[in-house]
Amino acid sequence: MSATSDLGKSYFNETHEQMRQTVRKFVEREILPYVDEWEEAGEFPRELYKKAADAGINGIGYPEEFGGTGPDVFMKIVASEELMRSTSGGLVAGLGSLDIGLPPVVKWGSDELKQKVVPGVLSGEKISALAITEPSGGSDVANLKTRAVRDGDDYIVNGSKTFITSGVRADYYTVAVRTGDSGFGGVSLLLIEKGTPGFSVGRKLRKTGWWASDTAELFFEDCRVPAANLIGPENGGFFCIMTNFLMERLMLCVMANMTAQLALEACLDYVKEREAFGRKIGQFQVTRHKLAEMATQVDVSREYTYRIASRIEAGENCIKEMSMAKNFATSVSDRVTYDAVQIFGGMGYMRESVVERLSRDNRILAIGGGTYEIMNEVIAKQLGL
Amino acid sequence: MKVLVPIKRVVDYNVKVRVKADNSGVDLANVKMAMNPFCEIAVEEAVRLKEKGVVTEIIAVTIGNKAAQEQLRTAMALGADRSILVETEEDAQPLAIAKALKALVDKESPDLVILGKQAIDGDNSQTGQMLAALAGMPQGTFASEVNVADGKVKVTREIDGGLQTVELSLPAVVTTDLRLNEPRYASLPNIMKAKKKPLEVISAADLGVSFASSTKTLKVEPPAERSAGIKVASVAELVEKLKNEAKVI
Repeated sequence: MSATSDLGKSYFNETHEQMRQTVRKFVEREILPYVDEWEEAGEFPRELYKKAADAGINGIGYPEEFGGTGPDVFMKIVASEELMRSTSGGLVAGLGSLDIGLPPVVKWGSDELKQKVVPGVLSGEKISALAITEPSGGSDVANLKTRAVRDGDDYIVNGSKTFITSGVRADYYTVAVRTGDSGFGGVSLLLIEKGTPGFSVGRKLRKTGWWASDTAELFFEDCRVPAANLIGPENGGFFCIMTNFLMERLMLCVMANMTAQLALEACLDYVKEREAFGRKIGQFQVTRHKLAEMATQVDVSREYTYRIASRIEAGENCIKEMSMAKNFATSVSDRVTYDAVQIFGGMGYMRESVVERLSRDNRILAIGGGTYEIMNEVIAKQLGL
Repeated sequence: MKVLVPIKRVVDYNVKVRVKADNSGVDLANVKMAMNPFCEIAVEEAVRLKEKGVVTEIIAVTIGNKAAQEQLRTAMALGADRSILVETEEDAQPLAIAKALKALVDKESPDLVILGKQAIDGDNSQTGQMLAALAGMPQGTFASEVNVADGKVKVTREIDGGLQTVELSLPAVVTTDLRLNEPRYASLPNIMKAKKKPLEVISAADLGVSFASSTKTLKVEPPAERSAGIKVASVAELVEKLKNEAKVI
């Protein structure tokens, strides 16, 4: 089935479709044969970053001067949709951590910082991660505690971060720190390199889902970071972080829609094979109607995501609608993955079925990149409440 | 030297095809199309020869409707320098295609023609051989290894029970087998560059050929559906059934 390429034709041009083929082949050849092994191992080979870069996946959306192919929201969606066909949300999150770590550097970093960091990440040699959440809080960005105190040409950083995607293996961390007073007006972004004295990475965290991604805690103890690594204006980091969330949330929508799509596709195959009470289970009205509703939900969610994506592409700052899309997409994927496991029955609870992984991987989508509740707060605020 | 790579647009190998209700052929409506996998191998081989410095220009060519331009763009994204579409709405058969390719060979004078050993739709495996005969060129079919040096091409062929290596003088026709190489991905930067490469559209009349078919398809039927198996109680029963029902022993 190629539902995603047949629907919404108007959003995708011929180049998008060609790239879709490339990424699909990349997934079939480089990921699918090994994905179960990597999931169980809790890690995928680092060389996959390089291979993805060679296929032109890493460079989507980034300026050509650094090895990218220029801005194109729907190209990003194409790549993300097809990578999700690997059935491993963790792998997609790990491979795609550059898309949350790098954009602030590209948008607001100094020329020297950009030259130093961006090309290596786009070529797949280096890994970029974003570090916002702390042990004491995630959603409450304005009250983060990791402190960076200016000392000559450096900042001295103290504090810790947690739940950091690609946290174990990253080379460059885009870290939110407090440089000023309390509240959102005292937050800045700093680029901190792996190996900087005083910076250490904790253990790889064990998670419900996203097994193939390395998630870690980070510790900063009198870690001296050059002031030139400041991304954007000092104490102006909150705006950068919020801007960065827009694309991250769009990608989370795509992940949710694809998680639901893959669960639906798995069910459509399964109900034609599995028999109960002398019939294929797909012949029972209760199953047929459940699938009809699942398909409807997925379709509506995907179309809304595309619509908001096209508004972002047109330069609109649809922060409210993006939050709506994320909440809608994740509630659809919650329901569809739940129903998919139900349709699979006991088999849906076994690791050998794809819906088992999808249902585990799904759970993070309504939490990461802004929780369901924070999204509702954003929407409410935009409604003038 | 110049290489001509004929390619074909076919139903994507992942698609489970359906026969049309009137048994006139395979239903192509809303079916995902792609470059024939053996043709991808042919393009890849040409690109590798160019990277080795043996080849200077790669021309991809296809015969088909307007939509076949997509596959030419893919060939150019993989590394072909330019491409030619011989546009027709006819469902051209191997002999007609070979004649058109012969006309293109006369026009372009390539030193080498590399093409897939067969297309996964018709499975004819005839075009390369017919072209070689029509153009009076030597042929190395089912290639698993290709080496070009000193005006000759050495082709290792996969044949029943082993490998055979033939040496052909150029110009020559080579058809590719599955194990010749593993085609690269069309990377996004190359897909974008390919949009600017020249794609020439010509007609059968421009080449002085016709795609009217010399063969007629009478009927297309899907393979018989597999019926459910049965369990046998003993080896004796199995042997009895194999002998009397299946008639295989």
